[in-house]
Amino acid sequence: MRARRPKLAVWKFASCDGCQLTLLDCEDELLAIAGVVELAYFPEASRAVARGPYDVSLVEGSVTTPHDAQRIQQIRRRSKRLVAIGACATAGGIQALRNFHNVLKFASSVYPRPEYLETLATSTPIADHVPVDLELRGCPISKSQLLEALSAVLHGRKPNLPTFSVCLECKRRGIPCVMVSRGIPCLGPVTQAGCGAICPAYQRGCYGCFGPMESPNPSSLNQQWRRLGVGEERIRQAYRTFNAAAQPFLRASSDERRKV
Amino acid sequence: MHSKTIRVNMLSRVEGEGSLVVKIRGDQLIDVQLKIFEPPRFFEALLRGRHFTEAPDITARICGICPVAYQMSAAHAMERLAGVTVDGPLRDLRRLLYCGEWIESHALHIYLLHAPDFLGYDDSLQMAKAHPEIVQRGLALKKLGNDLMACIGGREIHPINVKVGGFYVVPTAKPLRAFRERLARAQDAALETVRWVASFAFPAFEQDYEFVALRHPEEYPMNEGRIVSSAGLDIDVDEVERHLLEEQVPHSNALQAHRPDGGAYHVGPMARYALNAQRLSPIARQAAREAGLPPVCRNPFQSIVVRSVELLEAIVEAERLIARYEPPDRPSVEVNPPAGVAAWATEAPRGLLYHRYRLDEHGHILEATIMPPTSQNQRMIEQDVRRLVATRLALPTEQLTWQCEQAIRNYDPCISCATHFLTVKVARE
Repeated sequence: MRARRPKLAVWKFASCDGCQLTLLDCEDELLAIAGVVELAYFPEASRAVARGPYDVSLVEGSVTTPHDAQRIQQIRRRSKRLVAIGACATAGGIQALRNFHNVLKFASSVYPRPEYLETLATSTPIADHVPVDLELRGCPISKSQLLEALSAVLHGRKPNLPTFSVCLECKRRGIPCVMVSRGIPCLGPVTQAGCGAICPAYQRGCYGCFGPMESPNPSSLNQQWRRLGVGEERIRQAYRTFNAAAQPFLRASSDERRKV
Repeated sequence: MHSKTIRVNMLSRVEGEGSLVVKIRGDQLIDVQLKIFEPPRFFEALLRGRHFTEAPDITARICGICPVAYQMSAAHAMERLAGVTVDGPLRDLRRLLYCGEWIESHALHIYLLHAPDFLGYDDSLQMAKAHPEIVQRGLALKKLGNDLMACIGGREIHPINVKVGGFYVVPTAKPLRAFRERLARAQDAALETVRWVASFAFPAFEQDYEFVALRHPEEYPMNEGRIVSSAGLDIDVDEVERHLLEEQVPHSNALQAHRPDGGAYHVGPMARYALNAQRLSPIARQAAREAGLPPVCRNPFQSIVVRSVELLEAIVEAERLIARYEPPDRPSVEVNPPAGVAAWATEAPRGLLYHRYRLDEHGHILEATIMPPTSQNQRMIEQDVRRLVATRLALPTEQLTWQCEQAIRNYDPCISCATHFLTVKVARE
């Protein structure tokens, strides 16, 4: 008898759909993946729904509504392994910029009748709500990291995911440092690898979409940026993008630390 | 009195989260509500205070399916305010990048999201078991679009190489020319796609739409043009907000757009085709003719045929642009917008995407307004479902539910975009 295929579920919270699209973007691997796992719940791709529990749940997006705060609890209970995918799920995403503002004022600037909306004051990562087995960084996630993570989780092994900085990826690819050689401000030294150093390869400074590396030193990097003539406001804004609420980036963009 | 509710709690094969509730009492349709429960992310609010140069990267995050559309609308808006025109090879490269997104997004919707409806499959993976070579063809087309985007943009989702004024770095001719052989094969695959989808059975459902799209004097519209409609609207982008209005309704987290008289309008491939068919390449025009498409197609279920013609057009256009490409001297032009209002609209794969920003004298965004295609189509989608159900009340609930879902997917709705929306529910009371 053929062994039961593990059940894979894909869940969406506040997000742009880009990270789950990464799964559909595995054009060469998609049909093979569908042969190995049962895509049991993946509304972006199928109207069929298989009941849980699920062996692996991929969770995209951040928690921003009271209903979603409940929903993630139910999903956790029905999932053996839960993998948070992307900057929204691992750090709150770009929508976590609301955490620095009054959300009601935010809502009323977009919606004429904010009372129709149900929303929380903050956008928070999945791990703030439930235990997460594995996190994939990135805005969006990397296709190869997604395949590696799926393979590792299905085989019960540890995934090979880097925690070092983008700088190492530049060195490996032989890309001259954009900050040293061209004076372009770059967040690469404090940002976790995984993208393949795309921005420096395109002669642009890293903008931190994979979030903070394991042991970043933003104050040292900020000194370098100041030497390049970057003003305090621009330094602060540089950390306040897709991983603004990730702790090291949050501290780096807060006023007290900037004075050091 | 016998009544029922058709309920699709989570609309599938669309981007983002929404539901549909259809209430029926006896032989009367009571109500149709397209509910968008995708949580709002407040992009217009979080753009305030950001530098104008950040708008393309931040707004790209509204949608992982059509990030290039957001980058293009944002960049062009800022350039217009600065009085800068980006032309020559840079203009071609941006159009080529957009072709990549059209190819990827259209192939995704035709093969993975929409075609299974016509053939009675829950999804493309089920369809792949019966028709592996067809699904493989779709995946290869999709991959081509992605590879084009990755070559020019650095990556396919949220490309990193777009900036206001052009690019950070421009490709040499060699990697682009390497696409020519694949594009030639893709052209055949796209022609087969048009023939394949044209063979589907379409329910009779002709509608009298007001179509709204860009129109450019020479080209099939992507990045530039006046905003025109089938009812005679012909305006500059500066006049959009007097003619296309947005309104909030209690059941949806997306704002609904409509004409000043409250009427719904239709954006997307059918609108572009109706208003620009004569600007298609001869190959695409002939494919449309052979597929039996009239000059104006009014049956939304045939949108899959129009989308396939556009897929072909994007491939033909990509080949044309690559054949003549020579790298420009500079990867971008300098853009220094003064204080003022910057507005632009481009054609995202699913329709007109309008951006407006107000900048201060330091280039900071004071105010942002974004009208994505799906919020513009939302009222039209509800109207389609209402008319569809009204004539099919006798259908078994399961069949009616599926047809309602399909009527929504006709629009390739992107709910993540519209919430700044899909679950279907038919209630028979």
